[in-house]
Amino acid sequence: MISFIGGRLVSLVLTTLVASVIVFLLMQVLPGDPAVLMLGMNADPDAIAALHRQLGLDQPIWIRYLHWIGGFVVGDFGMSLTYSVPIRELLGPRILVTLPLALLSMAISVVVAIAIGVYAAANRGKTGDTVVMGIAQVGVAIPNFWLALLFILLFALKLAWFPASGFAGWEGGIWSGLHSLILPAFALGLPLAAILGRVTRSAVIETLGEDFIRTARAKGLTRSGALWKHAVPNALIPVVTIIGLQFSFLLAGTIIIENVFNLPGIGRLVFQAIAQRDLVTVQTLVTLLAASVITINFLIDLVYGYLDPRLSRGGH
Amino acid sequence: MLNLTKWALASCFIAASLTTAMAKDTITVGQVLEPPGLDPTAGAAAPIRYITYGNLFEGLVRVVEDGTVKPLLAESWTVSDDQKTYSFKLRQGVKFHDGTPFDCSIVKFSYERAVSADSTNAQKGLFEPIEKTECPDPATAVVTLKRPASNFLFNMAWGDAVMIAPSSAADNKTKPVGTGPFTFKEWAKGDKVVLEKNADYWGEPAKLTEVTFKFISDPSAAAAAVLAGNVDAFPMFQAAELVSQFQSDPNLQVEVGSTSGKVVLSLNNARKPFNDVRVRQALAHAIDRKALVEGTYSGFGTTIGSHYSPVEPGYVDLNETYPYDPGKAQQLLQEAGAEGLEMTIMLPPPAYARRGGEIVAAMLSEVGVKVNLVPIEFAQWLDQVFKNSDFDATIIAHAEARDLDIYARDKYYFNYQNPEYKALYKSFTLASTEAEQLDLAGQLQRKLAADEPNVFLYALPKIGVWNKKVKGLWKNMPVPADDQTQTYWEN
Repeated sequence: MISFIGGRLVSLVLTTLVASVIVFLLMQVLPGDPAVLMLGMNADPDAIAALHRQLGLDQPIWIRYLHWIGGFVVGDFGMSLTYSVPIRELLGPRILVTLPLALLSMAISVVVAIAIGVYAAANRGKTGDTVVMGIAQVGVAIPNFWLALLFILLFALKLAWFPASGFAGWEGGIWSGLHSLILPAFALGLPLAAILGRVTRSAVIETLGEDFIRTARAKGLTRSGALWKHAVPNALIPVVTIIGLQFSFLLAGTIIIENVFNLPGIGRLVFQAIAQRDLVTVQTLVTLLAASVITINFLIDLVYGYLDPRLSRGGH
Repeated sequence: MLNLTKWALASCFIAASLTTAMAKDTITVGQVLEPPGLDPTAGAAAPIRYITYGNLFEGLVRVVEDGTVKPLLAESWTVSDDQKTYSFKLRQGVKFHDGTPFDCSIVKFSYERAVSADSTNAQKGLFEPIEKTECPDPATAVVTLKRPASNFLFNMAWGDAVMIAPSSAADNKTKPVGTGPFTFKEWAKGDKVVLEKNADYWGEPAKLTEVTFKFISDPSAAAAAVLAGNVDAFPMFQAAELVSQFQSDPNLQVEVGSTSGKVVLSLNNARKPFNDVRVRQALAHAIDRKALVEGTYSGFGTTIGSHYSPVEPGYVDLNETYPYDPGKAQQLLQEAGAEGLEMTIMLPPPAYARRGGEIVAAMLSEVGVKVNLVPIEFAQWLDQVFKNSDFDATIIAHAEARDLDIYARDKYYFNYQNPEYKALYKSFTLASTEAEQLDLAGQLQRKLAADEPNVFLYALPKIGVWNKKVKGLWKNMPVPADDQTQTYWEN
């Protein structure tokens, strides 16, 4: 188990490093100069050169990379080029938007998916199954930003249950913050739930056909007892795999959804920073996002080990 | 029952009289983009000006709503006969928000910092004519120019020429300290900037106690916020097509004015066939600018015939120079041997370019010009089009006020080189009287209209929408600003 975790940890660090190099190089070849963007069309070449010096952009590429990654390792992400404040200060309040949003949509997606997946599997071939899976099929096809716009139209503008955009902040209590996150979380979570629901359904159907389910039923367990006690836990491995894979979709989704709902989160910051060529901020954020996806996959691996001890022993 | 009605009526009266007794003294103003910092001397972005101009920072002089230059931290001034020496009499008793007194040493510091070697002033060129700034006494600043510059005072009224103190200059990006009627309170990044009333202001104090600038970039979200009353004013609303829903709301007032922004179809004058004036004129004849304004800005926005907006002093209406005439356009293209012309138009993200580009392409195809539209990000636009002049044509708004000088530059992205224009521009900068200056501004506009280096399309409108009870906001915007110094709520 220890060598399993150790091996995964090394690959985690290496993958993050490779991601950081790729992001850094991409930002270098991307056309557009942050100093020119900041000083605009009338700027004097001297002023642009002076701003380059001030921002450290006159240094050779490899020095800039080492300087940045060196700070990154010890948690000093550097200064945002456009805001001129430490990136860490920008991150704090934004994580308080993005993290709850991601967790909430993940929770929505898992709860809805398991509910519809297990229901459909238990009623395989019946009308309920067809209807639920038909809706899920539509859900798979709907892009989250479009669903978001429909939600805004119905729940914000027509019914006025939720704000159309913006984030009220946590200062006014949990509800004030949560209230602005509910629509975005559903817009983000439901399309994921549709995919996850289909996977859950087929996984549960597969385990329902296994011998041990027949044995369980034969020793007198009820249908639903066999379903929840034996079939569902054994169907979880593929479901957990998909959850892990979906996490990166979820992060990409927050970039879109935060822009649609005008939420001041990490995703919006990434978007703004790219448009303004805030190189250091983009590098840092994308590397952090990559690291969090890699970490989640690492955790998923650990969950596998728990769900199926054979995996962590390195054999079958 | 009767009692109940009486009670209800009475409480209504009380509620009504309470609201009239306490007119609101705070305002929430919507703004599309968040500024990248709050130091107007270290960045060109218009959102910096919206928040800081007149509100936080002040210069020796300023531009007021009608576009004229008025005294601010300089009470008055005299100009020497050779037009090279300006003696400013400075206002007494002015203090920065941190208590630093304002005197001539501040003027000297501000102007010298702007031209220093490590200056990152986006408009360093404005200060280039200054030879030196001297302080005979603390209340007098004497600025000597290298040569007469008739637009010097106007240039010193730009947001880039405001007064800043040596002790706070380095931190102005995040903690701005100026002399204005509002002080900086907080900046919640990605959300809002809050200013509060400066109790120690040297002049007429602000009527509002607090101003919140809220950033809402999505047009439908902005419209929803205005309709719901979450913002009290949106002085520069972007999506003209959404304005009709404001006009039908009895609580809202819509004011459409003009800005110094000029939307042009810029042509690369160094590239064939755009170096031929007949081709440029043909393109001008082929574009129905009225229909273009209708299609991009729902009819808001004034068509222009030269590189000058109606809010700029000395404006001459040259719209009839090249009226919409597809037949004439085809004929001119034929004369120039440019039939079947193919061109690429680069389109930066704003709607005036993206949507305008589609319409322009359709109009040009009517006269046999084949257009490729290339959407491009703004950073890339600056690199490829603006810096490297690698383009045929682009649609862009030139936001700077009175920027006739860009056509006189030796190197500028559209590569217009005309000795006559340069000579004319030189005499404009040397003009000693205002009348002479306005006359020359007119001649410059006519010269540009005749030569049509770019196809001049329309002046960007300023579409303002606000609560009917809010008074004192600007209708026109001669310089980028969102002046809150005169704003108040009517009872």
